[in-house]
Amino acid sequence: MSAAQWRKAMNAGAGRVAMSGRPAPRGQTPLLAVGGLSPLLAAVRARHVLVLAALLVFPWVATPFITYQIGAQSLALGLIALSLTFLGGYGGMVSLAQMTVAGIAGYLVAILGAASASDASISLGWPWWLAVPAAIAVAALCAAFIGWLSVRTEGIYTIMITLAVGVAFYYLCLQNYSVFNGFQGFQRVQAPTVFGINWREPLPFFHLALFWSLAGYFFVKYLLRAPFGVALQGIRDNPRRMNALGYNVTAHRIAAYAVAGVVAAVGGVLLVWYNGLIGPGSVGTSWLINILVIAVLGGMRHPIGPFLGAIVFVLLQTFAIDLFDRERFNLVIGGVFLAIVLFSPDGLLGWWAGLQRKFSNMRPASRVSHRGDLP
Amino acid sequence: MKQSKRLFVRTLAGAAVIAAFSGAAYAQQTVKIGLLATLEGPFAAGGADGMRGAELAIKERGGMVAGRKIELIKASSDAKPDVAVNATRKLVEQDKVDIMVGPLSGGEGIAVKEYSKTQPNITFINGSSGAQAATLVNPSPNFFRFNTEGAQWMVGLGKAALDKGYKRVMVIAEDYAFPYSQVQGFMSEYCRLGGKVPVKAWVPLGGKDYSSVIARIPNDVDALVVVLGGADAVNFLNQYEAAGGNKPMVGGSITVSQDILNYKGKRRDSLVGTIAGSPIADAYDAPEFRKFVADYQKNYPVSSGAFPSPSLFALVYYINMKAALDGLEAVKGDLSGGQAKYRQALSTMTLKTPVGDVKLDANRQAIGSTFITEVVKDAKGNLFNKVLRRVDGIDQMLGMKKEEFQMGSRDVPNCP
Repeated sequence: MSAAQWRKAMNAGAGRVAMSGRPAPRGQTPLLAVGGLSPLLAAVRARHVLVLAALLVFPWVATPFITYQIGAQSLALGLIALSLTFLGGYGGMVSLAQMTVAGIAGYLVAILGAASASDASISLGWPWWLAVPAAIAVAALCAAFIGWLSVRTEGIYTIMITLAVGVAFYYLCLQNYSVFNGFQGFQRVQAPTVFGINWREPLPFFHLALFWSLAGYFFVKYLLRAPFGVALQGIRDNPRRMNALGYNVTAHRIAAYAVAGVVAAVGGVLLVWYNGLIGPGSVGTSWLINILVIAVLGGMRHPIGPFLGAIVFVLLQTFAIDLFDRERFNLVIGGVFLAIVLFSPDGLLGWWAGLQRKFSNMRPASRVSHRGDLP
Repeated sequence: MKQSKRLFVRTLAGAAVIAAFSGAAYAQQTVKIGLLATLEGPFAAGGADGMRGAELAIKERGGMVAGRKIELIKASSDAKPDVAVNATRKLVEQDKVDIMVGPLSGGEGIAVKEYSKTQPNITFINGSSGAQAATLVNPSPNFFRFNTEGAQWMVGLGKAALDKGYKRVMVIAEDYAFPYSQVQGFMSEYCRLGGKVPVKAWVPLGGKDYSSVIARIPNDVDALVVVLGGADAVNFLNQYEAAGGNKPMVGGSITVSQDILNYKGKRRDSLVGTIAGSPIADAYDAPEFRKFVADYQKNYPVSSGAFPSPSLFALVYYINMKAALDGLEAVKGDLSGGQAKYRQALSTMTLKTPVGDVKLDANRQAIGSTFITEVVKDAKGNLFNKVLRRVDGIDQMLGMKKEEFQMGSRDVPNCP
């Protein structure tokens, strides 16, 4: 696939979504369209309430295992993939280094905060309220740096250069012993106990992950309608024209990398707390690619996509081994991924949109014309 | 009429209760064991063989222990600690296993040991992971390891090297925890007996170019201690041969494996006389070991993808699974009271393994035997590892006092 084709493919998915404002589609009455309330509430529809209610009820009915391993892990991975959706779907820059940024944040939480390295005491033991913001800030700086390195390239070359950055960081972690503790990495990187709540227990941790995932989701949704996000989509569609309009395209793209870096860093902190450890394996090539798989699986046309992708990804990783011959279960995982991408180039969101179209064709009275109008 | 209806309902309810109880009793009949090994990633072949070893231990008992049926639930990781913990968590919390056997590699072992602290009612038994730290640093009360680890495997090699007349050696080893342990196991004895190690070269795992290391080899060393695995060892040998090197070798536990012995280069004959330390020796002729090898070969013919002779992973997984089952037998399958009796039995029993008896120390780490082997040439010109001697009763402190023991690292021990 040439660079131009790649970009076109990226744009085709996401281009429909934003740009225009969001008129309430015909045939769907806002659930809370109470006169006088802010337009924020007017946008709330039945499915939003349904999903939120389901998310809140879910941890109370599911086992701690499902809550923690499926729920919380999906949210943390989804948040990291969300940063890629933002960059790739709306900025036209597919960066494979998002897991690297998350890994930098995770490593810094371990190095600055409390963790146990097996033979040396590297961790500085800062309290969490100092270590976590510092980790996110440094990770965002690193993300801006990665952006600065790769921003002048396009399409497949962006992928190559960010992959190179990611692999370089992997080898740095693997071979540096004074800071990253090499092959062993850090053990016992645990979420702190705050307000008398042990945040590493399944239920509190799920809610922590849920809070930050919702925050990330709404932040990205807001950003896409703010001038910054609209200009970013303009740059994706026609950088020369935006340049002519007076935008500093390079600076704008670097800023997008930094913003995506913050989202990825928050996800990285959640992920390191989820795993309780970090090592070179957590930032290896397979994870760089897994994040892309999650984003593509869910669909890059809406910020909900990466979370859907993460749920499917985690479910498959966890349960595929029960479905099939235990020594061949990766076949199932690969097969499902292939099927999703093959039958719907837009991932799960593409399926959803297809279903919606089919459904609305059966009921011509309530025509849904806004294809980009997703949950 | 009303009365009889009520009676009927009661009878039904009673029947349901009985059915529920008998269901529970039936569930009591099986014991669930989780088995974790790497079926993906760099150790996939070793992981598959580890599973064969563990299954062999179950087959030996006909799938039953203490009158209960064994239900084995397998899971896979790719040698990454986070993946190993996810797989273990699924087995313990979702599949509800009673006993957990695994994982395969060092980093995974430490991570699973940490996880085991959050599940105090489940007993965790190691697979084949060999990191010293797993039982030395913050040991977990419900994590047991019936196999000896990397440092213990090399005990006895220091003396063997001095016996061969190697008074000064250079160490070439990969730069991570397992080779640190191996080098420590060798050097702690070697240095104590007066040997000198002027240079240690730590090379990255999976490195391709050894020219800078070869250039650093001093002229006045008598031998090279090469602790490299698989392809790394072959690459090193090729390059050392090309550079015209001629020093004899002392090998780590995974250095002088079959792929090294099948090495076809000109230096092939110079491999003869290479000594190494290992927990398994193919040529060991004790009847228990020969029986183990024969059972393995009978159950897993080469045509099914198994190795011609069981690998280190098969043996070690076999030992740990056997420990899990022998312990269950000893307590008649009683896992009540948070498995307290079972753990007590595990901690105190003497395990009979194909390579000698094993007991546990206070950290629930094996005290066992290791082999010193030497490469020799047979009549057909094939190279194989001959057993020089078996060293028994090696503990994790390597015979040192607890106060003076330090875990192996790049700089510990040191005797230039």
